Amino acid sequence: MTDMKRRLFLKGSVAVGAVGAGLASGLFTPRAVLADWSESAFHATKIPAALNGLFGTDTTEVSDAIQIKAPDIAENGAVVPVTVKTDLEDVSHIVIIAAANATPLVADFELSELSVPFVATRIKMGKTADVVAVVKAGGKLYSARKAVKVTIGGCGG
Amino acid sequence: MAKSKIRIRAKVKGGVTTVRSLMTHPMETGLRKDKKTGKKIPAHFIQEVKATWNGRTVLTAYWGGAVSKDPYLSFKFKGGAKGDTVTIAWKDNLGQSASGQTKIR
Repeated sequence: MTDMKRRLFLKGSVAVGAVGAGLASGLFTPRAVLADWSESAFHATKIPAALNGLFGTDTTEVSDAIQIKAPDIAENGAVVPVTVKTDLEDVSHIVIIAAANATPLVADFELSELSVPFVATRIKMGKTADVVAVVKAGGKLYSARKAVKVTIGGCGG
Repeated sequence: MAKSKIRIRAKVKGGVTTVRSLMTHPMETGLRKDKKTGKKIPAHFIQEVKATWNGRTVLTAYWGGAVSKDPYLSFKFKGGAKGDTVTIAWKDNLGQSASGQTKIR
């Protein structure tokens, strides 16, 4: 997405945002809302512990059917665009990990049967490291990694 | 509570709906220090994002503090028709929540 397009996207969406704010309250009950957010995984300081927290196993098989799109050099570690997609079938999870972060697990996307195995977001990276994508497909874990050089760290500011 | 917004665009092409969204959120990791006081800034980040189409959940995202400030999220799902409603709702570690919706174009 070019900068120009993003501008248009932002402008055009302001109206939608206002509606959203109106609907903000009352959708979630305040308690028991985070039952599925894995504290052990997100607080883990090592990748195997994070994967164990999510899936109960840290065994992954390297797969070239996973594509990670991320910059080779990120000028600003606070905003590193990452896109993960895969040709694997029966994908239930896509996990994004920044290998050198204090807590490496960044995001766990739980896909539905309707999902196309594609997610894009922006992440923070403390320093130069691999971005690791772990995909759960057909009950097995597959992984791929891509090195991203960070010139200004995104944690600690 | 700070003003929370979710901006969403959804577009269907060839039977696949592509959704792009921007949420407004500070996404504090809890590890950053205030430069003046030297104290740690408390963690404040979105933990769960749920996307629904016509009431069906199409994607659930669990996030840590390492998702960038004012998070961007894009995803795709099979199905969807022009005029259908896509809703995105998040909740954070402090119990705050917000949601937004749009019609598929």
